[in-house]
Amino acid sequence: MKKILTSLALLGLLVAGTAAMAAEEQNAAAPTHFPINEPKEMSWSFAGPFGTYDKAQLQRGLKVYKEVCSACHSMNLVAFRTLEGLGYSEAQIKTLAAGYTIHDGPNDAGDMFDRPGKPSDHFPAPFPNEQAAASANGGAAPPDMSLLAKARGVERGFPRFIFDIFTQYAQGGPDYIHSLLTGYDQTPPAGMVIPEGTHYNPYFMSGVSLKMPKPLSDGQVTYDDGSPQTVDQYARDVSAFLMFAAEPHLEDRKKTGFRVMVFLLLFGALVYMTKRRVWADVAH
Amino acid sequence: MSEGHSTYTPKTGIERWFDARMPLPRLVYDSFVAYPVPRNLNYMWTFGGILSIMLVAQILTGIVLAMHYTSDTNLAFDSVEKIMRDVNSGWLLRYLHSNGASFFFVAVYIHIFRGLFYGSYKAPRELLWILGCIIYLLMMATGFMGYVLPWGQMSFWGATVITGFFSAIPLVGNWIQQLLLGGFAVDDPTLNRFFALHYLLPFMIAGVVVLHIWALHVVGQSNPTGIEVKSKTDTVAFTPYATIKDAFGMIVFLFVFAYFVFYLPNYLGHPDNYTVANPLKTPAHIVPEWYFLPFYAILRAITFNIGPINSKLGGVLCMFGAIAMLFLVPWLDTSKVRSAVYRPWYKLFFWLFVADAILLGWLGSQPAEGAYVFMAQMATLFYFAFFLIIMPVLGLIETPRRLPNSITEAVLEKNKGGSGHPAGATAAPETKG
Repeated sequence: MKKILTSLALLGLLVAGTAAMAAEEQNAAAPTHFPINEPKEMSWSFAGPFGTYDKAQLQRGLKVYKEVCSACHSMNLVAFRTLEGLGYSEAQIKTLAAGYTIHDGPNDAGDMFDRPGKPSDHFPAPFPNEQAAASANGGAAPPDMSLLAKARGVERGFPRFIFDIFTQYAQGGPDYIHSLLTGYDQTPPAGMVIPEGTHYNPYFMSGVSLKMPKPLSDGQVTYDDGSPQTVDQYARDVSAFLMFAAEPHLEDRKKTGFRVMVFLLLFGALVYMTKRRVWADVAH
Repeated sequence: MSEGHSTYTPKTGIERWFDARMPLPRLVYDSFVAYPVPRNLNYMWTFGGILSIMLVAQILTGIVLAMHYTSDTNLAFDSVEKIMRDVNSGWLLRYLHSNGASFFFVAVYIHIFRGLFYGSYKAPRELLWILGCIIYLLMMATGFMGYVLPWGQMSFWGATVITGFFSAIPLVGNWIQQLLLGGFAVDDPTLNRFFALHYLLPFMIAGVVVLHIWALHVVGQSNPTGIEVKSKTDTVAFTPYATIKDAFGMIVFLFVFAYFVFYLPNYLGHPDNYTVANPLKTPAHIVPEWYFLPFYAILRAITFNIGPINSKLGGVLCMFGAIAMLFLVPWLDTSKVRSAVYRPWYKLFFWLFVADAILLGWLGSQPAEGAYVFMAQMATLFYFAFFLIIMPVLGLIETPRRLPNSITEAVLEKNKGGSGHPAGATAAPETKG
């Protein structure tokens, strides 16, 4: 056992040594590692073993998506019926879906036609195809938002990725989106070159700046539940909503998980006692 | 398992009828009930059983997933998301399957390290060990191809990088690469053949597992002392002793597995794989699944040419060589003593090797630049030195500690020094009734 500890300590030293060597002096004007600032860790209602979505927050987040993000970002994988998870009734979802126009067809005459949306339809995309999306947005198509909260995540690094196992940190996506949305309006360090048509954001994970201009401003979306109408609140709400869009069965998963863990604990205890009993008269 | 040792006596008419025609109940009885196992096996020996249930679980979840999956580059990504969103309990099946692959590897690595620690590969178990290495190879192929199926960014670029290794092989390299890909780049034919092979290989694994267990039942299990079974007192019956201990080991393992499936289902994956594959956009860092990372680090550690071998081929050779080492272990280890318990120096180097493997894994996840490259080169050097120098030399010069005469003696000695209960005496009061 002592030797295990010794070797582990040795490993620790090695790793720490490398990390120190690798953390080269960063030049503020020409950073080499992104994001420049790490995402801020927020507290989310859906974090932890008993996490659940805050339905009011998701509804606000949906409103932000509908009124702001959806102008450029598609959400192809999410059907209107999925929004039942936000606490809407079937009738409400029918009304919500009917507010969208869906291009469908061909009909019996062979013609394409427009019709009001149904709960089984998915959110219609703002652009007919990726090329159109790219050309309307300065050459880069805005990413689809269905899975964004799971498709983004800043590397946690040693030793945090070890701690994450025990703290069940799985909110890298929403943390990143929230930080990015609230990370505009900062002045780049002197001497930093910001390419034309892009916007400086120290929380962006693939460079110093991104094509998306600051999307949210205070008071832009009207909340009717009295929540603050600030960029920070909008960013939190839409990040939570995007987590829901990416993982609609999260609550189910955690609930099932708790039952499975309890079952395994009890079953394990019984089997362990049986094992003790079986082996009681055999030295081993 | 030979007929002569069978203690099976059919009790009912049906059993007698079967026994005279096809003695399947006898085979099961002899293999999983009466089969003698050393009495001193510790929990490291439960991983064979754990691996069996992981294989079965992967095949079962995999078959159901295949019912909903579409192996077309235009549809694959969305079909996986359909499983996650619309298929009943689809999210559970998929998370079980994707994390199941990782935990299959967790178990197999513990199983392999256990074999290395206790010298389980030594005569007469060389073939048993090699069959295990073949299973491991098949698992790597299966795991790699399975990771390609969701058709995310890492699927695509991982496949591009890994199949690219083969092009480094002189003369036949390009031909092999094109055969794997079904073209010149990762595309629809690649995805389709990977899906077909991903469905086929687990059944090949199951076949080799049968051979592995067959070989095991011929030579018998090794044990922590490394001393062969000499008398009946050295062993206990598989059922109930090993069965119940294996069951407990499995439940503990499943507990950790479930923790990841339900609370951290994407911890072991890469966020980029939730973005659909885009052949025109290379991710910032292409990293394979965690269980390939040590080999990936070895591959990238070779940054220099050695004579006619350029760095790319050198890296590929070292990577495959790292796996080939495992096949040679039975002949590289020259020690007369099996178990590291009685080999103080080997024990030290074994733990250094474990640390080295973990370090290589971590380095594999880091960009290959600056100090990381040098670290990876040193770690690679130690990896090979462990097999090619330490193992053969240590066996010749090391003075092992005194070995007990038998398993029974070892157990009695341990219990005298430990809890003070003589063998066969009554158990501790708290375990009674």
